[in-house]
Amino acid sequence: MTTATPHLDAHLDVAGLEALRGVVAKAFPKAQVAVVLRELTVVVEAGQIPEVLGFLRDSEACKMTMLMDLCGVDYLGHVPAQPARFAVVYHLLSLEKNVRVRVKCFVAEGQDGLATVPSVVGIYPSAAWYEREAYDMFGIVFVGNPDLRRILTDYDFVGFPLRKDFPLEGHVEVYYDAKQKRVAYKPVDLPQEFRHFDGVSGWRGMTGNAKLAEEDAVFAREEFK
Amino acid sequence: MARTVTMEVAEGIAKAGEALQQAQEQGDKLPFTLNFGPQHPSAHGVLRLVLEMDGEVVTKADPHIGLLHRGTEKLIENKTYIQALPYFDRLDYVSMMCQEHVWCLAAEKLLGVNVPLRAQYIRVLFSEVTRIANHLLWIGCHALDVGAMAVFLYAFKEREYTFDFYEEVSGARMHANYFRPGGVNRDVPEGLLAKIRKWNDNFGDNVLPMLEGLLDDNRIWKQRTVGIGVVTPEEAQAWGFSGAMLRGSGIAWDLRKSQPYECYADLEFEVPVGKNGDSYDRYLCRMEEMRQSVGLIRQCLQKLEGELRGAPCKVQNFKISPPKRGEMKDSMEALIHHFKYFTEGFHVPAGECYVAIEAPKGEMGVYLVSEGGPKPWRAKIRAPGYAHLQGLDFMAKGHLLADVTTLIGTQDIVFGEIDR
Repeated sequence: MTTATPHLDAHLDVAGLEALRGVVAKAFPKAQVAVVLRELTVVVEAGQIPEVLGFLRDSEACKMTMLMDLCGVDYLGHVPAQPARFAVVYHLLSLEKNVRVRVKCFVAEGQDGLATVPSVVGIYPSAAWYEREAYDMFGIVFVGNPDLRRILTDYDFVGFPLRKDFPLEGHVEVYYDAKQKRVAYKPVDLPQEFRHFDGVSGWRGMTGNAKLAEEDAVFAREEFK
Repeated sequence: MARTVTMEVAEGIAKAGEALQQAQEQGDKLPFTLNFGPQHPSAHGVLRLVLEMDGEVVTKADPHIGLLHRGTEKLIENKTYIQALPYFDRLDYVSMMCQEHVWCLAAEKLLGVNVPLRAQYIRVLFSEVTRIANHLLWIGCHALDVGAMAVFLYAFKEREYTFDFYEEVSGARMHANYFRPGGVNRDVPEGLLAKIRKWNDNFGDNVLPMLEGLLDDNRIWKQRTVGIGVVTPEEAQAWGFSGAMLRGSGIAWDLRKSQPYECYADLEFEVPVGKNGDSYDRYLCRMEEMRQSVGLIRQCLQKLEGELRGAPCKVQNFKISPPKRGEMKDSMEALIHHFKYFTEGFHVPAGECYVAIEAPKGEMGVYLVSEGGPKPWRAKIRAPGYAHLQGLDFMAKGHLLADVTTLIGTQDIVFGEIDR
């Protein structure tokens, strides 16, 4: 595993992060808690999300007052395979303790092709738009979000564009229909086939990056400081 | 018979009158819906704002975003790390290099590489130039929105100089594509640092005080900004505000200070903090930030022209940075590396990381998931403006319609980063 670099997280409170790891591991024994690349990741069950986030916000030891980001990830076809197709990832920040934590839950898609996760709007009001975005992009339904409309795509858009099985070029394109005098949709028609350049060769010369830190040790020398 | 018809008509008229009166009474209670944008000059791009009004007072603001959605995150999943970089210029298209910066840092974190010190200082130098460029656009447009024309003209003149520096260093005036994972594309050209120094001194000594002189005690400016869009520290945190939106409310939080990246820990600067959390305080914060940036640029220039002169400005590992063109002509190894770098791209070890920087607008973050190949599995871009615009509803509540333009201005909204 590579180590964090001097120009990043050099002044991070590692002891504080470890202490936080202990607090979370103690409060939620079932959760997987790990510090990788100096980032604390907590993996919990989807149903536990409101409880965990509520704890992280209110507990004296955590004080995660801010939800900086919430996003979905589609692991369809990921190697190695993940516990479920989708993950919802929450990035919390504590201004007081000056630490971040990542909370993650895996959810599978249901019969209707949608995944469901409880909403955290009641805990962090800022989650409202992030949940709308995750719904819009991945079809993850946040139960309890009072306003789960699509947000970034067009009105009446069909499909979930950031899913791995959604083609990059999409299904429809817009054009101006001169007869109807309005903007309309038609099936996407590219003048040239979309070219997916796969430059990965059998030569594995570019994959040995695990040793990069060693090779770059030369720049830790005095003359570059 | 005739008499009955007359009575029916009279009754009918009376009923219609009652219904009309009822409808009017109800209508007075119904909110008046106003569509603001998406083609409105003070909507800062393509914001469609559906406002519910009670007379001239806003009761609810529902921003409809996504009119500039280009699917950046989806595109990035299909590009190599170097090909993904130019998309970042086009996110917040008024603070280009800062966006590149966060992408480079994210890739470097997963790669686990060190960046030479000269590259760090060049990056910080251009991040701060970009911060000034961003704030100049912000103050120009913000002041123009609330009715001050002169500031716009002076601010945009200075902003052009920052574009000149962009052009000299990268060849492009806006979308520079200059930073690289592992350093910067190439060293700064001869004479550029002297030009930046000359401009920087003039900006700090003359232009900035002049801009402040135009607005600081301006009666109209104060009437339009003081007490408008007050955000309490609790609200700012609950809504995920960052940058000047957080500092204006009195929270001393700047990622350059609290979670320093690059060489910010070695540089001296202050973090300005507001008191009242209104638009005027945020204005003061951002003006002071520009002054601090002037100081930071001065320190970077001193280092770059002094002890770091001639030091390498990118990682010398040709797996993640291309070899020099000259070397390529003689060395087979260099040629192979060059070819593989630009076709296959470098492989980033599997893992995930979240890296955030203090962009001019607030916390700009990237959550990067790598499967181990030359292309990212997922890249989520955390744009500061997204959280800010979400807060527009509570900020606008109870304000007049004319104040909505002040609020959009004070949030420093740019749609490239919000819609992505």
